Amino acid sequence: MKRLKGNGLKWLSLLLCGSLLVLSGCAASSAVDEAKEKKKESSTSETNDTVKVGILHSLSGTMAISEVSLRDAELMAIEEINESGGLLGKKIEPVIEDGASDWPTFAEKAKKLLQKDKVVTIFGGWTSASRKAMLPVVEQNNGLLWYPVQYEGMESSPNIFYTGATTNQQIVPAVSWLLQNKGKKFFLLGSDYVFPRTANKIIKAQLKAEGGQLVGEEYTPLGHTDYSTIISKIKDVKPDVVFNTLNGDSNVAFFKQLKDAGITAKDLTVMSVSIAEEEIRGIGGDVLAGHLAVWNYFQSTDTPENKVFVEKYKEKYGKDRVTDDPIEAAYFAVHLWAEAVKKAGSFDVDKVKKAADGIEYKAPGGTVKIDGETQHTWKIVRIGEIQPDGQFKELWNSGEAVKPDPYLKSYPWAKDLMN
Amino acid sequence: MIKKNWMYWLFFLALFLAPFYLTEFRLSLLGKFLCFAMIAIGISLIWGYTGILSLGHGVYFGLGAYCMAMYLKLEASGGRLPDFMEWSGVNKLPWFWKPFEQPVIAISSAIIVPVLLAMFLSYFTFRNRIKGVYFSLLSQAIVVVFVTLFIGKQEWTGGTNGLTNFSTVFGFSLSSPLTQIVLYLLTVVLLLSMFLFSRWLTRSRFGRVLVAIRDSENRVRFLGFNPTTYKVFVYSLSAAFAGIAGAMFVLQVGLISPAMMGIIPSIEMVLWVAVGGRSSLIGAIIGAIVTNGAKSFFSENYPDIWLLFLGGLFIAVVLFLPNGLTGVYQSVRQRKKQGEVRANEASSHVLQRVSRF
Repeated sequence: MKRLKGNGLKWLSLLLCGSLLVLSGCAASSAVDEAKEKKKESSTSETNDTVKVGILHSLSGTMAISEVSLRDAELMAIEEINESGGLLGKKIEPVIEDGASDWPTFAEKAKKLLQKDKVVTIFGGWTSASRKAMLPVVEQNNGLLWYPVQYEGMESSPNIFYTGATTNQQIVPAVSWLLQNKGKKFFLLGSDYVFPRTANKIIKAQLKAEGGQLVGEEYTPLGHTDYSTIISKIKDVKPDVVFNTLNGDSNVAFFKQLKDAGITAKDLTVMSVSIAEEEIRGIGGDVLAGHLAVWNYFQSTDTPENKVFVEKYKEKYGKDRVTDDPIEAAYFAVHLWAEAVKKAGSFDVDKVKKAADGIEYKAPGGTVKIDGETQHTWKIVRIGEIQPDGQFKELWNSGEAVKPDPYLKSYPWAKDLMN
Repeated sequence: MIKKNWMYWLFFLALFLAPFYLTEFRLSLLGKFLCFAMIAIGISLIWGYTGILSLGHGVYFGLGAYCMAMYLKLEASGGRLPDFMEWSGVNKLPWFWKPFEQPVIAISSAIIVPVLLAMFLSYFTFRNRIKGVYFSLLSQAIVVVFVTLFIGKQEWTGGTNGLTNFSTVFGFSLSSPLTQIVLYLLTVVLLLSMFLFSRWLTRSRFGRVLVAIRDSENRVRFLGFNPTTYKVFVYSLSAAFAGIAGAMFVLQVGLISPAMMGIIPSIEMVLWVAVGGRSSLIGAIIGAIVTNGAKSFFSENYPDIWLLFLGGLFIAVVLFLPNGLTGVYQSVRQRKKQGEVRANEASSHVLQRVSRF
């Protein structure tokens, strides 16, 4: 009897301790929640003299080679703003994360930046897959993302600003120009992923409408390096133009093998949409000389803003570095955001979004303007010929900035693309 | 024994109570790691216990994840065509997407589809006594086949972008913290039941046969067992675990793409188990959590050089801890035991000598 009593006491005390623990746990967690709520109300990560922004690019993995320069350009823009006195009296403090060329990591890090660091905006991404991974995260947390790379369109998230070109600012005008200047027979070649497949769908519809002729369409896996079969196919069908949407290393292999097969730019025009100065540096200007690319900005673009920009970038990161279209778009994205914040007088996402409509900025590639409806930017389209020294010689430009139309609503032939 | 059990329970209790002491973001990370731990249990069963090295478990994980994601995508599209189909020129929902409007079918096929593939693959390979390196290579080939298929059929699978941008599950918002906590707890329950089932299995007669197959398959065959049946069963079981892990992963991370079922993730899965200790079930779980936790921790704190740390961790484990993290614990215990035994022996020797005199 005595023993049982003792045992009972032990149990009782254990139960008490346990329930206390659970209760205190609940209390603590709700206290933390309350603190979190309060923090949220007091508008994010602002302290008295700094405000945090996130930078989320792949610093490791296959995409690092391209994305590291975007981080550099964004940091340079942030530094410029801080040097000129900051934003609303606050210095900008970048929080850098590595997306590691891995799409769930992009989602994870975007969540971390928004929930833990409470950044007021994120600049980041390169591939469409990484953007698609971040999209639900920024929408659910009502964050802001600035995406600086040309892409396949068909998207306009209320929480993303797109500073790269959509299809009607790059591919569509390039196809029209080729049809007028180079010939009707098109051969489409791309890496096997979403951008080339979607781009080619658009090109095929446009060719049909504008009197072009499709003589071949080929896709190779990402990282593919043997193009001899495809080159012999190209020799067979004799196209006037190869429209190239290959990505990364495949370009090196394709252009080298094309040259080895005795086909030069004089015999056949290759128009690329993913080869900029940075990529030319890897492939070699002599291999690519004479071929074409379409962008909104070249390092050789002649504006006073660009002279300053290129000089500064080289001084900061090294004489051998080059600037290109995505670098410029990443750079002016930071400035566009800063202008919107100034106009809104607040870092609040909804206010910044509202203020962003119609904001202009004198970017290195010409004046850009935010289109409030689609949250894309008005941009000038430029077609350039690659020179042996790795720079572009501009052959044509659209004169004035082209209005972004991510869903190609203003093109009657694109109606069948979207049901 | 009791002492050891006590530690397991404490570990799972800590997991159950995680929603109380972790922030929303950390909890979602832990939930993701626990999904990986499910795969790790399966790999420990086939690799650590049965000696089948599969470098292709990403496929089973991916199939499970896609089955769940198809349901979520259809629910998010609300009766319309999923967005990626619209711009890929598909006018009608493909027939094999239709059944996934039903959650029951989606969830059950997240298990059945990987299991069927695993059974098909393993039956024909194991029956023909293909094993070792040849099986590992074959499993890699399957990965390449599936990744290429999923990327190529963009109009059906979303291509490289995969399936993403879900809104609700059974009508509950996926972004609400409460839903995420419920999903997390469900993950812990599933992990615990997989762990208990596997522990029971490995301690049964069945488990002994598995170890025997690992150590000498021919001898097992001479003794009258048919190793093929055992291997097919355990391989399919691990595929089922990976499939469930995939479904839970999609619910918590909200994204699946072919990159996650590729060769690199498949090899990473084996690495988790190697780090934790391949012939220990709890080791596999710990390995998955520790490796992925370290990955997140290092990459958050040292975004420029985190890969070096992670590489260092792997090298350290391979060089110094051949039996993984749990191997350390076991060897410490063993040494202690041996020490005791030796001390006993020594004293008995002394006694014997004393008695001789």
